[in-house]
Amino acid sequence: MQSVLGDKKAILLLLGPALLVYTLVKLVPVLWSLGLTFYTGNPLGGFEFAGVDNFVRFFQDPQALEALGFTIKYALVLSVGQILLGYGLALMYVFVLRKASTFVRTVVFFPTVLPTVAVALLFKSLFAVGQQDGPVNAGLEVFGIPAVDWFSTGDGTFTVAILMELWRSMGFFAVLLYAGLLDIPEETLESARLEGATGWRLVRHIVLPLSLPVLLSSVIFSVNNTLKVFDTVLALNNGGPGNETTPLTLLMYRTVFNYSDYGYGSTIAFVLTIMCFLVTLFVFRSSRRDITKN
Amino acid sequence: MAIDTAALRPSAGIPSTTGVASRRPPRRSAKRMLRKLPVRLLITLLVVVEVYPIVWLVLGSFKTQNEFFAKPTWALPESFSFDNYVAAWTTGNLANNLLNSILVTVPSLFFMIVLGVAAAYALEVMVWKGRNTVLLAFVAGIMIPGQMILVPLFTVYFRTGLTNSLWPLIITYTVMGLPLTVFLMAAYFRAIPREVFEASTLDGAGMVKSFFLIGVPMMRNAIITIALVEFFSVWNDLLIALTFTTKSELATVQVGLLNFSDEYGSTDYGPLFAAISINVVGMLVLYLFLNKQIMTGLASGSLKG
Repeated sequence: MQSVLGDKKAILLLLGPALLVYTLVKLVPVLWSLGLTFYTGNPLGGFEFAGVDNFVRFFQDPQALEALGFTIKYALVLSVGQILLGYGLALMYVFVLRKASTFVRTVVFFPTVLPTVAVALLFKSLFAVGQQDGPVNAGLEVFGIPAVDWFSTGDGTFTVAILMELWRSMGFFAVLLYAGLLDIPEETLESARLEGATGWRLVRHIVLPLSLPVLLSSVIFSVNNTLKVFDTVLALNNGGPGNETTPLTLLMYRTVFNYSDYGYGSTIAFVLTIMCFLVTLFVFRSSRRDITKN
Repeated sequence: MAIDTAALRPSAGIPSTTGVASRRPPRRSAKRMLRKLPVRLLITLLVVVEVYPIVWLVLGSFKTQNEFFAKPTWALPESFSFDNYVAAWTTGNLANNLLNSILVTVPSLFFMIVLGVAAAYALEVMVWKGRNTVLLAFVAGIMIPGQMILVPLFTVYFRTGLTNSLWPLIITYTVMGLPLTVFLMAAYFRAIPREVFEASTLDGAGMVKSFFLIGVPMMRNAIITIALVEFFSVWNDLLIALTFTTKSELATVQVGLLNFSDEYGSTDYGPLFAAISINVVGMLVLYLFLNKQIMTGLASGSLKG
């Protein structure tokens, strides 16, 4: 029987094509990019060996540091928002709405499937239609708050980007965490209730520890995605005003395709990759520590 | 590995029957109404916040440029003419962009699924040395940002002249979707006892034959789920489409939408709103029919930690 399951020809036939394209189009380019980080220049002008100059340059380049700062700020604020709102909604679905939650869940999830570019252009108009007020400013004025010129400042654009992403993704994280909450055995909750744990105490001492695994998976997913933010800031305000909302991804794109520095661009991409890797590793390790502690 | 439980439970999006066992003693209805009021208000607010932007968008798609600037922003359109849609469809190139998106998405999904399901079968069902390492190599790809492969691929596509076609997009999307496809399919295959496949080989059928006769049919639902998840990531992508399409005739919907406002210098808001509306409403229709599968699919597809 083992010989059939280990049939070499069948393995080659089934796995071969996928492995081949994957190697050629993913693994080789990753190594190639890695090699490029030690060079400067582009295919037309020629490459020049630069050693670790690109990395030194990265940490002295005010533009790169600004992009790094923006990326971290964006990922941090958005991830915290996504997890908090998502968890809040998930708790509401499970403990308040119970069976009636299907409709709300479906409606709140909907924006997740919309293209980022379309949502960004929509939100851009919600906050300002050209020089005119959008509904948001009009709404603010109803309450006597003066209209805000959202896209003339980095902070304004950042605020719109965060609000837009939360609008789009909170339903998604709610469903993600909701599935995790449903895994908690009803008997556990029931016995905790019998011992007098209700409301906040029930959540804090029973629900939260038991949903920790799915919560941590969500954190990894959220941070990994928010670190790679690209379409949102590009479509919203083109990384502007100036470079104030330009993350590493957009800086990398411009370095390569506007300034034709393939080596430095690859260095920026590499820094981003390392950040994603470190975050995943860090969350994994801290989760392991938590489990052993309990 | 949260995926083992989340991905394989078909009812993840449906409230579990055990979830309502905690029924409290009945109270007087008036008091109960009052107690529920804050929750009701919260939910109403939530639904309004999620739905209003879409309604405003669709209403805006019927407004003239003059209405955008002279009327209050929440005013209803004066007439329901489809001029904006015609403008977006023809002069806005939306028809051409949509066609490109379809021509890219369909083959990408096809190759991704065929390659990914076969690879997962070889990696999970079949037994051989080194399969875990190969699976790990695939899964590691989930974490690597697209930026890390952009430059070499652009160089090669440009040198070979492929940038004049849609092939760079198809090839890149196929490969970028492979890690998740292989990972999820491996998880699905893991749930099926290996004896099922062994039994099928008893009457002399080879592993390749039993893959097509047993593996693929058993995985039909899983394949649909993955196809849905990958559909959204390919259709909604901007980075790859923006990088590898150098000509405007090859632009996908997202690239076209991004260039929409530039094309007119001063933005023509009516056609822009119409173009966004077509995008949004298309997804809305898809979501109306498939929301259960989409919700469980996207949720399980992301819990890959």
